[in-house]
Amino acid sequence: MRRVIGIARKEILHILRDPRSLAVAILMPAMMVLLFGFAINLELRDLPVGILDMDGSSASRELIRSMTSSGFIVNGGYLSSRSEIEPGFRHNRFQAALVIPRGYARSLIRNPSTEVQILIDGADGATAATVDNYMNAVIAMTNRSSLPRSLAPSLPLLEARIRYFFNPQLVSAHFIVPGLVALIMVMICAILTSITVAREKETGTMEQILTAPVGAHQIILGKFIPYILIGAFDASLILAIGHLVLDVPMHGSWMVLAGYSMLYLLIALALGLLISTVSRTQQVAMMLALITTLLPTLLLSGFIFDHSSMPVVLQHLSKIVPATYYLRVIRGIMLVGRNWFPLEGGVMLGMTVVLLITAVRRFKSRLE
Amino acid sequence: MYKSNPTSETPSDYAVLAQGLTRRFGRFTAVDRIDLSVRPGEIFGFLGPNGAGKTTAIRMFCGLLLPSEGEGWVNGLSIRKESEIIKRRIGYMSQKFSLYNDLTVGENLEFYGGIYGMKKSAIRERSEALLKHVGLVKHRRKLTGSLPLGYKQRLALGCAALHDPTILFLDEPTGGVDPSARRGFWELIYELAERGTTVFVTTHYMDEAEYCGRISIMTDGRIVALGSPSDLKGTFNVKSMQDVFLRAVES
Repeated sequence: MRRVIGIARKEILHILRDPRSLAVAILMPAMMVLLFGFAINLELRDLPVGILDMDGSSASRELIRSMTSSGFIVNGGYLSSRSEIEPGFRHNRFQAALVIPRGYARSLIRNPSTEVQILIDGADGATAATVDNYMNAVIAMTNRSSLPRSLAPSLPLLEARIRYFFNPQLVSAHFIVPGLVALIMVMICAILTSITVAREKETGTMEQILTAPVGAHQIILGKFIPYILIGAFDASLILAIGHLVLDVPMHGSWMVLAGYSMLYLLIALALGLLISTVSRTQQVAMMLALITTLLPTLLLSGFIFDHSSMPVVLQHLSKIVPATYYLRVIRGIMLVGRNWFPLEGGVMLGMTVVLLITAVRRFKSRLE
Repeated sequence: MYKSNPTSETPSDYAVLAQGLTRRFGRFTAVDRIDLSVRPGEIFGFLGPNGAGKTTAIRMFCGLLLPSEGEGWVNGLSIRKESEIIKRRIGYMSQKFSLYNDLTVGENLEFYGGIYGMKKSAIRERSEALLKHVGLVKHRRKLTGSLPLGYKQRLALGCAALHDPTILFLDEPTGGVDPSARRGFWELIYELAERGTTVFVTTHYMDEAEYCGRISIMTDGRIVALGSPSDLKGTFNVKSMQDVFLRAVES
C-alpha cells in the first residue's frame, strides 16, 4: 500500500505542477457545460419575423397576435412594402416575413381558401424548417377558430397532439448535460491516463520504476487514484452546474447515479491504460485515445446524434461504445427517475472486468 | 584471451554471475554468450563502445529483460525466476537520466523510497544522510529540472542507493558531465563500495576504468577482455587503458 500511495502522490504532484493539465482537468469541464448549456442552444426563442400587414383589419391583427403570443416568434417590425423584405433578410433584421394581403378579412368570411404569404430565410436550414412548421401550425389553428360555428362540427378535424414526456419543454440542456458527463469522464480518464503512462515510457522513468520491487497492479492502482478523484470531481461539477444553473431535473437517486458513474469511470481508465500499453510516445497515445474514446463518445453514443437516425453499421458499432450504455443510464436516472438498469449495468460491468484484466495483463513489468 | 571458467563454487558466492548469458532481438544478438563473475564488495567496470551490449546485459541482471539463453544470478538468485526478489536488493541507475524534473529533489527521493516500500521515517533518515553524502542538502527544495546535470546524476545515484541495496548497477552514470564532476561522482562510488556495496558500472571513459577493481571489455555482444586494469595492461603489453581498449576491440 505504501507503494501505491507513493505513486499516487507523485502523480498528483505532476498534475499540480503542470498548469496545462490542471486547466484541462478543472476548467475545461466547467467551460464545456456552460458553453453547451447556454451558447449551443438547440431551441429557438424570440425569432424576429417581419410583418407586412396590407389589410390592417382586426382579423389580420388577430393573426399577428396569435403568431407572436408564444414568445417563440416575436414581432420583428412592421414593414410598409414588399421591397423591404429582402433587405431585411440581408441585414439579418428578421429570419422570416409574414405577408397579409389586402382583403384578408373579407376573404376570410367569403372564400373557402384565403392565402397569406410566409417568406423564410433559407440560409440556416434547421431554423428555416422549424419556423416553417411553427407558422403553419399557427395558421392551422387560426383556420379552425375562424370557421363559422355551424360549419365546424361537420369537418373532420384530425389533429395529432404531441406531448413530450420527461423533457416536456424539449430543453436541450437536459439532454446535453448528461452527455457531457460521459464525454468529460472519457477525456479526463482515458486520455490523461494514457498520456501519463506513455510519458514515463518516453522519459525513461518507467524503466526506473520497473527495476523497483513494485507490481503492475500497484503501479496501475497508484496511477488510477488521482484520475478517479479528478473524474469524480469533474462529474460532480458538471452535474452541479447542470442541476443548479441549467435546471436539469433529477428524478432518480444521486447514489445510484454515483454507482454507475464509478463503473463508467473504471471503463474509461482501463481503456486509457490499454492504449498506453500499445503506444510508445505521448503523441501516439493521444491520437489513439482521441480516435478510440473521444470520437465514438461524441458521435456514436447518442450524445449528439440519435441512434435511430444512424446507418445500420454505425448502430451496431455504437453497441461497443461504453458511453452508449452510460448515457442511457444517466438520462434514465435524471430525466425519467428510473433506478434499475439490468441490461446497461450488466454490459458495463462486463466491459469493466474484461478491459481491466486485459490492461493489467498487457501492462508488462519488463521492457520489450 | 578470456576463457569461461565455471568454478565449483555456487552462484551465491558471487554478487553477480553470468554463464553463457545471451539476449537476441529478432535476428540481432545484443549479448552473445557472456560469462562473468563479480565478488561482493567489488567495483566492477563494464567497458565497451556504444552498442556493445552493456545496457542489454545490465537490464537482464535488473530483471527488465529476460535472457534468450544462458543463466545469470544476482546475489545467488536466478534472473529468470527470482527477479522480483532481486529487485528488492539492487539499485539501478539507468543511462537515460530518469528522475522527475517537475518534482523537487526531496520529492524524488520520497517517491523512490515509496516504491521500494520504505517507511516514511526510514525515507527521511536515509534521504538526510544521502543528501549530505552527495552534497545536495541545500538544494532539497529545488525542482530537479533546475539543477545542472552533474547534480542531477548525484541525485539519481542517491535515489538508486536510498533503500540500501547490496548491489548497485550504474549504467553510464557519468555520461555528459565534465571531468571534475566525474571525479566527484567516483568518490561517491568509492564511499559506497567501502561500506560493502557491490558496484557494477558501465562507462566508455577509459580514465574511469582505472578506478575499477576489475573490468571487462565488451564489443559486439562479446566479452573480449577481463581482469584488473594492471593485469590487462600486462596482457596486452601496453601502458594505458586506452591502448588496452583499442587492442581488445580490434582483436
